[in-house]
Amino acid sequence: MGYSIVANGESRSFPNGDAFLAGTTDKADVVIYLGAELVADDSKAAILVELGTESLGRHTGEASGEEGSNVLGFARYRNGSDAPSKLVELVRQPRTKDSAIAAAKAVLEAAGLTVVVCADQAGRIIDRLVRPKYNAALRFLDEGLATAKDMDLTCRLGLGYADGPIERVERGGLAHHHDVTKALFDVFATPAYAPARRAIVAKQREKKT
Amino acid sequence: MISSIKTVAVCGAGGTMGAGIAIVAARAGFSTICFDTATASLDRAAKQTEGFFAKSVERGKISAPDKDAVMARLSRTTKLDDLAAADLVIEAVFEDLSVKKDLLGKLGKVCPEPTIFASNTSTLSITEIASGSGRDDRVVGLHFCLPAQLMKLIEVSPGINTSDATLNAAWAWCEAAGQLPVKTQDKPGFILNALLVPFNNDAIRAVEAGVASPADVDTAIKLALGYKMGPLELIDLVGLDTQVRLCEAFYPVTLDPRAAAPPLLTRMVAAGRLGRKSGRGFYAYDTGKMFGG
Repeated sequence: MGYSIVANGESRSFPNGDAFLAGTTDKADVVIYLGAELVADDSKAAILVELGTESLGRHTGEASGEEGSNVLGFARYRNGSDAPSKLVELVRQPRTKDSAIAAAKAVLEAAGLTVVVCADQAGRIIDRLVRPKYNAALRFLDEGLATAKDMDLTCRLGLGYADGPIERVERGGLAHHHDVTKALFDVFATPAYAPARRAIVAKQREKKT
Repeated sequence: MISSIKTVAVCGAGGTMGAGIAIVAARAGFSTICFDTATASLDRAAKQTEGFFAKSVERGKISAPDKDAVMARLSRTTKLDDLAAADLVIEAVFEDLSVKKDLLGKLGKVCPEPTIFASNTSTLSITEIASGSGRDDRVVGLHFCLPAQLMKLIEVSPGINTSDATLNAAWAWCEAAGQLPVKTQDKPGFILNALLVPFNNDAIRAVEAGVASPADVDTAIKLALGYKMGPLELIDLVGLDTQVRLCEAFYPVTLDPRAAAPPLLTRMVAAGRLGRKSGRGFYAYDTGKMFGG
């Protein structure tokens, strides 16, 4: 099953030089939009739209929980300027066609990526789960629970994590963390998603410069 | 810093954590008294310890004579009075404030004045535990990670009245025992559980909210973040009932909504889905092989 790409600017999921960008075919069953405006096409097996913090519904419209077609959202997980991971979060709607999910998975998995399917909810899987944890770690740092070094060391040695929460969120960019948590807070309005003080500071300083 | 501690006692040494702590102490050269109220528990732990060191010999990690020396440093007792010989008593008994306070109160009458008491609590306040000891300046938190005999990290937490001398002595002992201490404040869950318990609850809530299947949540977390286990796999391993108990310890103290037990968790426990130990949790383990639940 082949794919084509409609791009506008550089993609976070598939940055310039990524091998996936070179794998397109002329007669594609799957169309992938990277930053470009979606054009619906029912003749395609699947259409994929790269997402940032927004919902897939922003691109497709919604219909009282009955929305869904051959259009899926996706995001390849990447922390800051680290190389993109193998993980792709594939976003479906309630009435998304199973055949579209299968086609999207086939194309992405053929490229060596691992696909998880999630609902069109804020933060998908990763940001929904890790952002509150980063917020908590940043708050603990402010409150003097432990040093950043000790918190990171504790998570690496005690939980077997590849890296600790402070070093990871800082590497990903505190201003970026601010933007993601603000988007989540707009939806959930719970303190866990409110941008941490250090993220707010980073965002303010980013604006200044 | 050289540790002045020569003899260590472990309360609750018949349990998994206590037995592991006793191994750490004895392996590092400390005379180690294993205390528990039940002889059968101590006997079972002694067999497991023997098995652990037999494997260590097999794998060339320790010589047979060294193993014998370590085993000789371990003694067992069900009499609290025998702990009078200890310079450091580490309690790893049931995670219940009244149980721990009661134990430290009794130990306060048995042990000489300089003896330091340490608590392996993962959720309770060191200050509150110390309050019943009659020596709250000589009580400190030493939270080992499971399995203690393999994990180097110890969260070291002074209570409000813990003296610097006690903290320094406990720190020096951790280093002398070959462990890696990190200092935390006496706050619920210290570092590890303060981050882990709400995170695991969030993962349960994501499943409950229909964000993704347990398998996809775990795959995403492992692949994106490099965690060795996904949160739902981990909850299945430690037990869903244990996760409920952790929530019950955390939420009333922190009032953090993320620390409250998610409704799906309590429903699953009510349904007998406790994780690996019951054969079914977020995954099923009917054949011993894990597959998506």
